[in-house]
Amino acid sequence: MTLSADEAARFAALLEEHQESLVTTWTEHVASTLRGRLSHAELQRQNSELRRGFRQALAGSAQDLAGEPAAELRAQLAELSATRARQGFTATETAVSIFSFKDAVLTTIDAASGGDAIALRDYVAFSSFVDEAALFTFDSYVRVREELIADQAEQLLELSTPVVKLWEGVVAVPLVGTLDSARAQVVMERLLQTLVDTGSPYAIIDITGVPAVDTQVAQHVLKTVVAARLMGADCIISGIRPQIAQTIVALGIEFGDIATKASLADALRYVLAKAGQTKQKRREL
Amino acid sequence: MERVPVLKIGDILLVSIQIDMEDQVALQLQEDLADRIVATGCHGVIIDISALDIVDSFVGRTLATIAAISKVLDAETVVVGMRPAVAITLVELGLSLPGIRTALNVELGMELLARVRVDHFDDDDEEDAGATGTPAASDS
Repeated sequence: MTLSADEAARFAALLEEHQESLVTTWTEHVASTLRGRLSHAELQRQNSELRRGFRQALAGSAQDLAGEPAAELRAQLAELSATRARQGFTATETAVSIFSFKDAVLTTIDAASGGDAIALRDYVAFSSFVDEAALFTFDSYVRVREELIADQAEQLLELSTPVVKLWEGVVAVPLVGTLDSARAQVVMERLLQTLVDTGSPYAIIDITGVPAVDTQVAQHVLKTVVAARLMGADCIISGIRPQIAQTIVALGIEFGDIATKASLADALRYVLAKAGQTKQKRREL
Repeated sequence: MERVPVLKIGDILLVSIQIDMEDQVALQLQEDLADRIVATGCHGVIIDISALDIVDSFVGRTLATIAAISKVLDAETVVVGMRPAVAITLVELGLSLPGIRTALNVELGMELLARVRVDHFDDDDEEDAGATGTPAASDS
């Protein structure tokens, strides 16, 4: 049900005339649902801005929320949803903030006209307009939340895969957390790039922080090792916990001639011994 | 047709591939290298592929063939400077270039060759077992 031009005009006038009482009632409604997580003054400011947005849209005889006159109102609603989403409010709380505008308007109409038929029809039309607005905030809210989640996932990916230089010519990758395909890819690329950048012939992949090793995780680790070998670097796998060792054997995963060590310290000792041998041989030459 | 230059540095032949490896270029390189190893009597070959974006299965096989040929002529081959992207692609394709020695860069490649020669002089019986500074990639 869309608003007709004169309904919109009547409402614009109403919103203008009773702005004080409208905003106050509305703010009280919203404040009761948010239970004091936003200050009263802040809500008052937001609501009075939104009221102005609604009035402007209606004064421009907006029939629904999609049209040109409601553009500013849409922007305000999107802004509100984005802020609420970032502050951790639920979608319901955000939408109810808009819905409760209807209650405020109803109270005002009751007081002003005593409930005649025209006022009722106007109210129903206006009510659907507000519903639309609330649905719009819901959509924007969900969109912002999805962006937030995507951002956080990316940050987590960045954080969780450091490649550290352990010794001259030795780099280590302490893997922490579940190793899925996306992360394995990132780990592999970053490790190989570090090998090229630092010219380190040895890499240690430490899986102490990987909660479970299944065939897929083993596959990812093996691929990384083979790729590093293709480039001319040797990989050692360390940090295999007793539980994991049992799983590996039970699953029949073959690490072939890849060196595996129980702890990072063992792996480093092994690598240094190997590098030492190399140096000695060169001196003999 | 373009040709890949083969440079002699001391006891080593250095091949730096700076052009796209088409099949003909790869085969020509294989011939040139065999000729040069015999002509110079060098005992090491370093093939630098750091400028290559793509290594397909044919180029991979040619590299393996070159390694085998030089082995017959008593020269060790090291492929150096493979890019991460190339290595990842080869692994995804299941090509692990068996029998090819690799090193991260030319410098490490020369070290590896020196090490292999030492092992040769040390114990001629166990030259293969001792020369695994960076072991050949596994098939898994």
